[in-house]
Amino acid sequence: MIHAANITKRFGRTEAVSGVSFDLEAGASLALWGSNGAGKTTLIRCLLGVIRSTGRASISGIDVRRRGRHARALVGYVPQELAFHDDARLGSAMTFFAKLRGVSRDRATESLGLVGLSGHERKRVRDLSGGMKQRLALAVALLSDPPMIILDEPTSNLDAAGRGEVVETLRRLREGGKTLLFASHRPDEVISLAERVLVMERGRIVRDTTPAELWPTEKPVQVVRLYLEMASEADAADALRDAGHAVHLNGHGLCVAVPRDRKAEPIGVLARRQIEVRDIEVLEDVQIPGGDR
Amino acid sequence: MSAITSSPVSAFGSVPAAPPLVRGITRFARREFRDALASKWFLLYTFAFTVLAVGVSVLSLSGVGSHGFAGFGRTAAGLLNLIMLVVPLMALTAGAGSIAGERERGTLLYLLAQPVSRTQVLLGKYLGLAAALVCSLCVGFGVSAGVLAWRTGGVGIGAYAMLVGFTALLALAMLSLGMLISVVSRRTTVATGLALFAWLALVFVSDLGLMASSVLLKLRVQEIFGLAAANPLQSFKMAVIVNMNASLDVLGPVGAYASRTLGAGLPWVLAASLMAWTLIPLALAVVLFARRGSV
Repeated sequence: MIHAANITKRFGRTEAVSGVSFDLEAGASLALWGSNGAGKTTLIRCLLGVIRSTGRASISGIDVRRRGRHARALVGYVPQELAFHDDARLGSAMTFFAKLRGVSRDRATESLGLVGLSGHERKRVRDLSGGMKQRLALAVALLSDPPMIILDEPTSNLDAAGRGEVVETLRRLREGGKTLLFASHRPDEVISLAERVLVMERGRIVRDTTPAELWPTEKPVQVVRLYLEMASEADAADALRDAGHAVHLNGHGLCVAVPRDRKAEPIGVLARRQIEVRDIEVLEDVQIPGGDR
Repeated sequence: MSAITSSPVSAFGSVPAAPPLVRGITRFARREFRDALASKWFLLYTFAFTVLAVGVSVLSLSGVGSHGFAGFGRTAAGLLNLIMLVVPLMALTAGAGSIAGERERGTLLYLLAQPVSRTQVLLGKYLGLAAALVCSLCVGFGVSAGVLAWRTGGVGIGAYAMLVGFTALLALAMLSLGMLISVVSRRTTVATGLALFAWLALVFVSDLGLMASSVLLKLRVQEIFGLAAANPLQSFKMAVIVNMNASLDVLGPVGAYASRTLGAGLPWVLAASLMAWTLIPLALAVVLFARRGSV
């Protein structure tokens, strides 16, 4: 479905994406995991052909640089936060995108129904909540029922309820056979949705793995996010790894996967090293797919 | 949310293809036109242009007792200076805000992630804005023509239509320049600043520069005419004066030279200059936008 060969993107002297290569089969689901600035968003934009890069990227064999609009016809894109004209009404926005995608108005109505936005057609985009905007972006992405959905941190601006709805929708899409590629900094999302994870650091893929290998613990697990002083995050990560925890620093705190009945353990480890934890967030229960560890 | 029942490939059997070039442009043009009609800048520009055009028409005719074509000629001469000030400002700022505005709001990225090309987006936006601008001008000219007909008992339709036509051409040329500025500007404020600079340069500095260089460099009359015709505003001014059946002698030796050497072909040369100012910046904008490495 996606073939990426040596994708490189520079912004001035900074190499945002550096020699990234991977293949993604049709019907598979792949997560891009990494800290802020790791290159996830830039890679997604390169794959969509929205920004120019070197190397070769194709979707279903269609070169995104040479035939970008034809390649993008096979993809529904959900950005981190929907940016569309605030004055536009939801119904007219959907009609515009439906025409652009060559589908009927009925399909636009149907697509709104799929994401639970029926009856909101008269609302203006600026009046939608963050969750509704994300659902609108998902409705636009599903308009032509493309075989592939690409999402850039689709739940980062949502509350727990909104996140749950979006993740559930994506889970159904995956079960329906859609190919999913998404960037995320939430382990629970990655574990729930992805079969495969590309860990990115400084624009490079440093690991091609699975959620079960990335968070090797018995299931079910919970992911605990610890908020620390920035300066102590690296030491904290080392301390937790030394204590046998799977840890990921991702720019939004420090994520630790723990068994459900041992959520306080990482705090104890850090307390012994005199590292202060400012806040703690317990993320949703996650089920590691396809593994007994 | 309802259950998602989408198929692995597509509910349509195959995914609809990306829109052909012209259809994609039309979609964007319609949306841009509708958005422009609903926007405050369009209403403000239309209102301002209409009020000024009617004001100039009334003032041109007041206390003179002109009738028919003579009345029109006086009004057109009054409108000429208004158009040369206001229309470039309208078109340059509208064009400058288009792509840069979408880029700054983050909407451009989302549009480009759809199955459309950059050329479709840019040309669609250009055509939509062009249609909105022409509508805005038509309102101003229409009301002004009504006043003219009421006060003088008639309007030279053909001559008035030519005035509107050349004004529309000037607006398209300035819109192209505005779009070019918009493509190369990262922020709306920068684009608007550059557009205002271009407006100042075309409206004031080029006139003064031409006068100064003709004296300092002792330019020949044909060189001065060439430089004047290369300025879209001067081309527009000469075209309107010729269109009013007036002699270009009012423009001095340069006008006399143009009338004598180009004769009936003069309006075409001036229209070609305006066309070139429309097509060249637009083509440059398309190329630069398509080659842009980032959004």
